[in-house]
Amino acid sequence: MNRFVWLALLALGLLAPFAVYPVFMMKLLCFALFAAAFNLLLGYTGLLSFGHAAFFGGAAYVTGHLVKNLGLTPELGVLAGTLFAGLLGYLVGSLAIRRQGIYFAMVTLALAQIVYFLALKLPFTGGEDGLQGIPRGLLFGVIDLNRHVTVGGTPLPLALYYFTFALFCLGFGIIYRAIHSPFGQVLKAIRENEPRARSLGYKVERFKLIAFVLSSALAGMAGAMKCLIFQLASLTDVSWHTSGEVVLMTLLGGVGTVLGPAAGAFTVVTLQSQLTMVGPWITVIIGGIFVVCVLVFRRGFVGELGRLLRRSL
Amino acid sequence: MGMSLQTVLSQVMLGLNNGVFYAILSLGLAVIFGLLNIVNFVHGALYMLGAYVALLGFNQLGPLLGRPDFHLNYWAALLVAPLVVGALGVLIEKTMLRRLRKFDHLYGLLLTFGLALIIQGVFTNYFNVSGDAYDGKPEVLSGVVDLGFMLFPKYRVWVIGISLVVCFGTWFVIERTKLGSYLRAGTENPELVKAFGINVPLMITLTYGFGVGLAAFAGVLAAPIYSVSPVMGSEMIITVFAVVVIGGMGSIMGSILTGLLLGMVEGFTKVVYAPASGTVIFLIMVVVLLVKPAGLFGKEA
Repeated sequence: MNRFVWLALLALGLLAPFAVYPVFMMKLLCFALFAAAFNLLLGYTGLLSFGHAAFFGGAAYVTGHLVKNLGLTPELGVLAGTLFAGLLGYLVGSLAIRRQGIYFAMVTLALAQIVYFLALKLPFTGGEDGLQGIPRGLLFGVIDLNRHVTVGGTPLPLALYYFTFALFCLGFGIIYRAIHSPFGQVLKAIRENEPRARSLGYKVERFKLIAFVLSSALAGMAGAMKCLIFQLASLTDVSWHTSGEVVLMTLLGGVGTVLGPAAGAFTVVTLQSQLTMVGPWITVIIGGIFVVCVLVFRRGFVGELGRLLRRSL
Repeated sequence: MGMSLQTVLSQVMLGLNNGVFYAILSLGLAVIFGLLNIVNFVHGALYMLGAYVALLGFNQLGPLLGRPDFHLNYWAALLVAPLVVGALGVLIEKTMLRRLRKFDHLYGLLLTFGLALIIQGVFTNYFNVSGDAYDGKPEVLSGVVDLGFMLFPKYRVWVIGISLVVCFGTWFVIERTKLGSYLRAGTENPELVKAFGINVPLMITLTYGFGVGLAAFAGVLAAPIYSVSPVMGSEMIITVFAVVVIGGMGSIMGSILTGLLLGMVEGFTKVVYAPASGTVIFLIMVVVLLVKPAGLFGKEA
């Protein structure tokens, strides 16, 4: 894609906290990374994981526990959460890739349910309440992430925002590199025609597993970020609702596009925050969008835009 | 640990009681999967809907019709709920699922997931998430039966009995009758069956309606046992998915037997190590994936 587009997006990201409510913007970045990580599997490898909340939420719990109870600095907390999600992804992925297609989705959903049970029952998770009051701490032991900088009369949590933005760029960059590398080409080959990729000599299982681990680790990174921003790790983060939401974000934005998941995440998170007054009806609305999307809008925003512009976005 | 034979047997009986629900629901999923090639995520929500047809029919229908003393009784609900939900299923198939037939099967899963969210969301909005009790249990089914090793509620005996009849009846129709042979042929090769002049699209629609009707039937059976709540279906469907992964959706009998067996294993786990009873089915799934990835009765999707 055009270099100017990237520079414009980067500038937008750097300036965003001065224009948009920063906590909202950070939430967007978390879910955009989560959806982009998920898309690496669904969009580029053709694997529908219906249990990605396990990695997102699992990492949130691990990071939260380590930072709150063991006093880890935030960057080490995020690193630990990410590694944990990657390891969990290795376990889940090794099992799930033994089945194909629809079964793969059901296996990931069921395995994620085990993680949900653990989050409910393990002694350090706080059960129904989750982990609350997680401190943000000092980045590298020096920079206070709670510090607000007053700009034009409003205090802005700039330290936390730029930490989040840097992590987002790191994660998104890794995904971008993976997609545009020879490794990414093999993933796409598997998505298009698995037997063919196999017959060309690629170890399909190994590629799927690497993609799965990468995707779950980055989903974990998003969860770890979320846990520091909201100072909370809760059962919602590991529930199947969250797994479904990330599917919707990706679908809505455009499966298998670079920018689609981020666009989808922006749309869904914005909807959720704008529609708080409808209460439980939000689930109905989300479900309705799902149905419409599947029936008439399978390419998603970015996919449709790409088709109009005749290029891959 | 006091693990007398009696405790074990009674927990296994209670487990079997859960098992028949797994069996009916995974049977429905298998029937639908066979012909439509989709995983019906909305199955749990329609099971919940069946329970609500019974509950509302008993509590609300009378006042709604201006006759407060009218209650849709349990036996009528057993008939009405599958019909109502089956009709809804026909509508879903004709207006939505049909359009997805030429696309990837994953879209069917996503569509039905969206439908499940809609149905569950609507009910969460109007009803208590912690559940309502169903008071329409018929007099003749209350009380207990002496099974020799334990006193077992009469209603649960009825549930186990009628569920087995429905499950094996379905198996018989599909595997042993002419109608079933059309269905099986449609599963193998729809184009060829069409060439023989059989209305395959209609067959698919009715199969879907029948499959979700089974879920509603199970919902009515469940109403007097479990509390009727908007989330009863989503809790159930994930377990049933694990059951389906363990058994494989390729075989009708396989899905029935796997459901029954896993219910009993779950009951047995309650005696041995209660905290694990909620996850034991998922752990069995892990073991099956390691040992026999295609599932116990599986052929690959």
